[in-house]
Amino acid sequence: MYTTELQKSAAVASTEDADKLAAFEARVAADEFIEPKDWMPEAYRRTLVRQISQHAHSEIVGMLPEGNWITRAPSLRRKAILLAKVQDEAGHGLYLYSAAETLGTAREEMIEALHSGKAKYSTIFNYPTLTWADIGAIGWLVDGAAIMNQVPLQRTSYGPYARAMVRVCKEESFHQRQGYEIMMHLAAGTDAQKRMAQDALNRWWWPSLMMFGPPDENSPNTAQSMRWRIKRETNDELRQKFVDITVPQADAIGLTVPDPAVQWNEEKGGYDFGQVDWSEFYAVVKGEGPVAKERMAARRKAWEDGAWIREAADAYAAKQVEKRKAA
Amino acid sequence: MSKDWPLWEVFVRSKGGLSHRHVGSVHAPDAEIALRHARDTYTRRMEGVSLWVVPSASIIASDPSDDGAMFEPAEDKIYRHPTFYNIPDDVKHI
Ligand SMILES: [Fe+2]
Ligand SMILES: [Fe+2]
Repeated sequence: MYTTELQKSAAVASTEDADKLAAFEARVAADEFIEPKDWMPEAYRRTLVRQISQHAHSEIVGMLPEGNWITRAPSLRRKAILLAKVQDEAGHGLYLYSAAETLGTAREEMIEALHSGKAKYSTIFNYPTLTWADIGAIGWLVDGAAIMNQVPLQRTSYGPYARAMVRVCKEESFHQRQGYEIMMHLAAGTDAQKRMAQDALNRWWWPSLMMFGPPDENSPNTAQSMRWRIKRETNDELRQKFVDITVPQADAIGLTVPDPAVQWNEEKGGYDFGQVDWSEFYAVVKGEGPVAKERMAARRKAWEDGAWIREAADAYAAKQVEKRKAA
Repeated sequence: MSKDWPLWEVFVRSKGGLSHRHVGSVHAPDAEIALRHARDTYTRRMEGVSLWVVPSASIIASDPSDDGAMFEPAEDKIYRHPTFYNIPDDVKHI
């Protein structure tokens, strides 16, 4: 998940009109879409704002680990691709902020919540990108996990969110393939290059599995979110799917996922795999990720460094209005 | 805290001959920058040949709670559809 799910209770307030609530639940159960001006329970609105804004923040902060390598990409081809990929992530953030705004939350509020450290974003982006192979691992695994999570959200009950997800999913496939291609080339390269690829896989594997969120038994709001169709598959179901498609992809290029417990289980038709270290996950959620502070400092710096151009654009717009008035 | 720029709704004509379609929104201080932001946000993959941006505040929307009064009157006017009329099979081109 691109959201961390450590959310307050999403219980519906009993003061709300019971008839309206029943009609709403029936529409959602029938897979109808809810649109911005439709009546919705406050808890549904709140949960969505939190989920969509966290998702948006993840796209925006997600540009930082990769931005780190744009100027050091090993070729012009790789540089152009990485630039385009990072630009897409900015676009994803914007689609999602727009979707969240339709619920009545201002963009500035969300940006402020991110910069003040109040808002959460995906734990994955608080890990450092140490080598070029990390760019390959991120595209392959992190975007791969994001796709796994986002594809079902194209049918989520809130129209603007679902439409944003359709756009995002159209663009994600390129992200994953360019990452896998990087890994493929490194894995077929010199011994040092192959070691670099394996090392990146070793470091990104477990954090990628954590992206799907805590195990189902520790995910108290899953049932409510599934009923509201703002989540369509459970964390453990998605994690299993991800392992099942990714392990053979690693095999295909001669890399090994860093989990000795990975083994095909004929009976369940999927791989068994080892325990995720959830204490690490919860620590990173709480802000103890290896580069959490750097990420927020970089984000705030980018925002502050851009202040002059926002001010200039405002001044120019005001001047144009004055000119038209005078004419 | 800074103040958000006004919101603009973005419409894209995907190719000649088709209507502009709503694709999303952008914030911008003026129309020119709204167009540039719309270009960068919504047409990075040749999604369009023409863009419209409209101040969101200028859009007047129907109220979902009036859906019934607005749209139900059309429901019982099935004679507005060609399938309402029974024409013998051997009559052609109609
Ligand atoms: Fe993305
Ligand atoms: Fe992506």
